[in-house]
Amino acid sequence: MMRDYTHVIEKLDGIAAKIYNDLINNEIPFIRLPTRAKSNIRFDEKLNVWKYGKNTAERSAKSLDGANMLLRTMYMIEFIKSMIKTNKSSTLREMYYISEGWNLAKFNSQQESDLLAEDLEVITRCMREDFKLRPEEDGARIIGDITIEEVTRNGTKKKIHCQDDVGDAGYSIPYNVEPEKISFKNVNADFILAIETGGMFDRLAENNFDETHNAILIHLKGQPARSTRRFIKRLNEEKNLPVLVFTDCDPWSYRIFASIAYGAIKTAHISEYLATPASQFLGVTPSDIENYKLPTDKLTKEDIKALKSELADPRFQDPFWKHEIKLQLNLGKKSEQQALAKYGLDYVTDTYLPEKLAEVGIYKK
Amino acid sequence: MSKIAAYELAKKQKEISVAEFFERNKHILGFGNPTRALITSVKEGVDNSLDACEEVGILPDINVEIRNHEDGECKIIVEDNGPGIIKQQIPHIFGRLLYGSRFHAIRQSRGQQGIGISAVVLYGQLTTGKHTRIISKIKEDRPAVVMELAIDTNKNRPEILNEDIIHWDKPTGTRIEVNIVADYTRGRRFVYDYLQSTSIVNPHAQIVFREPDGTKHVFERTTDILPRKSVEIKPHPHGIELGTLIKMAKHTNSRKLSAFLKKEFSSMGERTTNAVCETAQLDKNLDPKKMTREQFLALHQAFKKVKIMAPSTDCLSPIGETLIKRSLKHETKDISPEFIVTATRPPSVYSGNPFQVEVGVVYGGSLPKDKPVKLLRFANRVPLLYQQGDCVSTSAISDIDWRRYGLEQPNGKGIPIGPAIFLTHVSSTLIPFTSESKEAIADIPEIENEIKLAFRECARKMQSHIHKKVRRAKTREKFELITKILPEIAKKSAGMLNKPIPILDNIITKIMDVVWIEDLIEYEKIINPEKHHPTQTTLPSADTHPIDREREPGYITKSTIMIVNYKRKPQRFNLYAVIPEDAVVGTVTPKPVKITKNYIKWRLDTIPPANKVDVYFELAGLNKGDFDENDLYVENINPAYVIGADKWEGE
Repeated sequence: MMRDYTHVIEKLDGIAAKIYNDLINNEIPFIRLPTRAKSNIRFDEKLNVWKYGKNTAERSAKSLDGANMLLRTMYMIEFIKSMIKTNKSSTLREMYYISEGWNLAKFNSQQESDLLAEDLEVITRCMREDFKLRPEEDGARIIGDITIEEVTRNGTKKKIHCQDDVGDAGYSIPYNVEPEKISFKNVNADFILAIETGGMFDRLAENNFDETHNAILIHLKGQPARSTRRFIKRLNEEKNLPVLVFTDCDPWSYRIFASIAYGAIKTAHISEYLATPASQFLGVTPSDIENYKLPTDKLTKEDIKALKSELADPRFQDPFWKHEIKLQLNLGKKSEQQALAKYGLDYVTDTYLPEKLAEVGIYKK
Repeated sequence: MSKIAAYELAKKQKEISVAEFFERNKHILGFGNPTRALITSVKEGVDNSLDACEEVGILPDINVEIRNHEDGECKIIVEDNGPGIIKQQIPHIFGRLLYGSRFHAIRQSRGQQGIGISAVVLYGQLTTGKHTRIISKIKEDRPAVVMELAIDTNKNRPEILNEDIIHWDKPTGTRIEVNIVADYTRGRRFVYDYLQSTSIVNPHAQIVFREPDGTKHVFERTTDILPRKSVEIKPHPHGIELGTLIKMAKHTNSRKLSAFLKKEFSSMGERTTNAVCETAQLDKNLDPKKMTREQFLALHQAFKKVKIMAPSTDCLSPIGETLIKRSLKHETKDISPEFIVTATRPPSVYSGNPFQVEVGVVYGGSLPKDKPVKLLRFANRVPLLYQQGDCVSTSAISDIDWRRYGLEQPNGKGIPIGPAIFLTHVSSTLIPFTSESKEAIADIPEIENEIKLAFRECARKMQSHIHKKVRRAKTREKFELITKILPEIAKKSAGMLNKPIPILDNIITKIMDVVWIEDLIEYEKIINPEKHHPTQTTLPSADTHPIDREREPGYITKSTIMIVNYKRKPQRFNLYAVIPEDAVVGTVTPKPVKITKNYIKWRLDTIPPANKVDVYFELAGLNKGDFDENDLYVENINPAYVIGADKWEGE
């Protein structure tokens, strides 16, 4: 279907006009945008998620770095406009390679071009889909008693049941999960279990946890992609399913949870679109290390630094997280989801998860 | 009591032979082990050759060759193009210990004791049983003399085993071939280092080194100017020992004490002489030959009590900053250092002996960043390779806090760590070595202080270099910004909006907000068809210097300075360009208001915003690369506005 991009083009031209007018008025050109850092995220009471605060940063042509950013911005805007005009789209990686031809404005790494694309979202309040940019691949997968209707490449609608119509790997979440592409039909589950590691996802699938506990299993694949988070949010809101996050017990996993529940720092401009405030952290918690006597590893220097940084992170300022993080710093240990195998392959599905689900009031049966 | 004990003892008392003396003292003479013996032998040969050439004003061409490296035996050959040695003297110079012309003279020279080369001959004889071969030629159209020598170790007298004349291609020169037991495998690196170091402080010498396997190293001559000939001076009262004083008095031709003091010592004028005699309570009409020991003692003590002018220091022959820099540059070109700075202290005096300190610092390039700084130490143009830890230069360097000059140094003490080479050269009429092997300079406070002052000066230059580099890099960035990035931004934004490209001049001055000075140095080779002769500058040198220099073929150094006013207001200020003292100024545009031997000064016309002024000057008498960076200063403008020049602090 054709989308109307007039609004997007207007926004993008607005940036070019701002720069041009600065030049005409003998002002050193600059762009102002919110500071995209931990120090500048505030809880939005209305939206129930974390958004960028009032602090702003200036990209000014006064410095070489600033001027480079402005020039890159100009090139990226031009590129996006040309894609809109020719009805093409590109991956972020493709854009990075295309930028090789931008002479002075070329990027040193894809991370830089990805960040600038996000900056453009922040400035224009558009989404990267509006810019015809998409991520590389997601590959996050899902297994459970749910039927998804997807609009396929040739424009036909196809219904997929995420137990009967899929293999062991489950249904693969596409990068576009908006209603125009995907809709949820016939959901028969009590909750969503979002799992960090592929190994644990496969364990639960093999143990038929989705069937025995009426769960929708989603593999997060580490730090979840936007589409995965958006998918979870839609499922949570449209089908009113509780979301439980099941990760390793280390600081990096808590950040995975935070990005699902509160919104990630990098994408705080679209937190209300990606975050699921109702999600709950199921485990593995530092308390679990003690309660379940789990095998552990020592915290590394980086782990400790990350934990301390989380203590200062506004998103982790609730009693539960403060307690757990401090406990972990005291223990000096971390553990993994798969450490539960210490008690046998079925322990996680027969004992651990049912106990934890009962704790959060989900356990039925 | 049938025997008198003293007679019995007398039977055992005899003159000890030089062989015995040598055997007992070989460690202090530099022959302690086969590695040291190798280097000492090469060193004595080369030092002699350099001294001989300079003595008569010949640019030294020295060949060092080491052969037959087997069974721990080496043949060392040192050959020069010096004046040669007359036949009668050859046996004495090479075959007799403690024989030389320099022992009594007070002047800056390499060798001092006269042990040097004959010790090598003796060492060779003792370790291999082989004789030393000398070839010498003193005049172009005469044959050369070949002599095979040994030392009669009982009598300390030379023995001539063979003597002949041969044809030798060289106009003049001396060649020594000596076989010694030496450790070439271990000593090789030191020989190379020694020759390289020698070449650094003797830029007027060409040294070729051939190794046993045929490898040939050439340490090139980088200047055709011989060092200023050092001048012999009279002893200064502050430096004289009592025994020497007595000996001098016994041999003097003066009949009166006052005449003796005035004639045979430096810095002793009428007034000082009277003051000394008065203090010592001695009649100035005393016959010095008839003075008692007590009288000498009183005189000697009076020397210390009376204020005596320091000795004249023009007897010294320093290398000079330009030449040190050039040598360092030449020898470190593989490292491609970031910069080389040098400092020369004015001559000074310790215990009546004049001395002068010169230092240099090579920084950056491929030098290791995590290793202690490499120290190169020299005394009277001779490299010091051993006993670094005992040397005054090492303690002086260790005492400076190098941390603020971009080097690492735990606790701010010790040899700093970083990508640098430190060179110290001390010249003196008497280098106070810690021992006879002459490897370390003793801890004399005056010398230590001068070395510290010299290195501090270098350190400040280093700092300003680093500082300037950072500022220039920042400005270069801005320059890229205004010349490339900003016009692109303007073009793109205008293109997207289908509008004309805006004019950027005002924004450029706003972004830059500086007066920007950039310079360019080029060299133009002068072709001089005339075959030139080496010039030796003699004292006083100041006036004759430039004239001698101008005859030199070489390069014209062309310096272009571009000044752009990127401020929003017109700027008007004075510009100073520092020039080397030994350079001759050629064309200068615009017309300067002042040229001194140290700088050129311009009073620049008002430069409107976004306008440019070019300043140009030429220097002659320098080699390519001697002047490789402009040292610019500004006056009558806030120096913070200016990139590329510092505040003029006066002369």
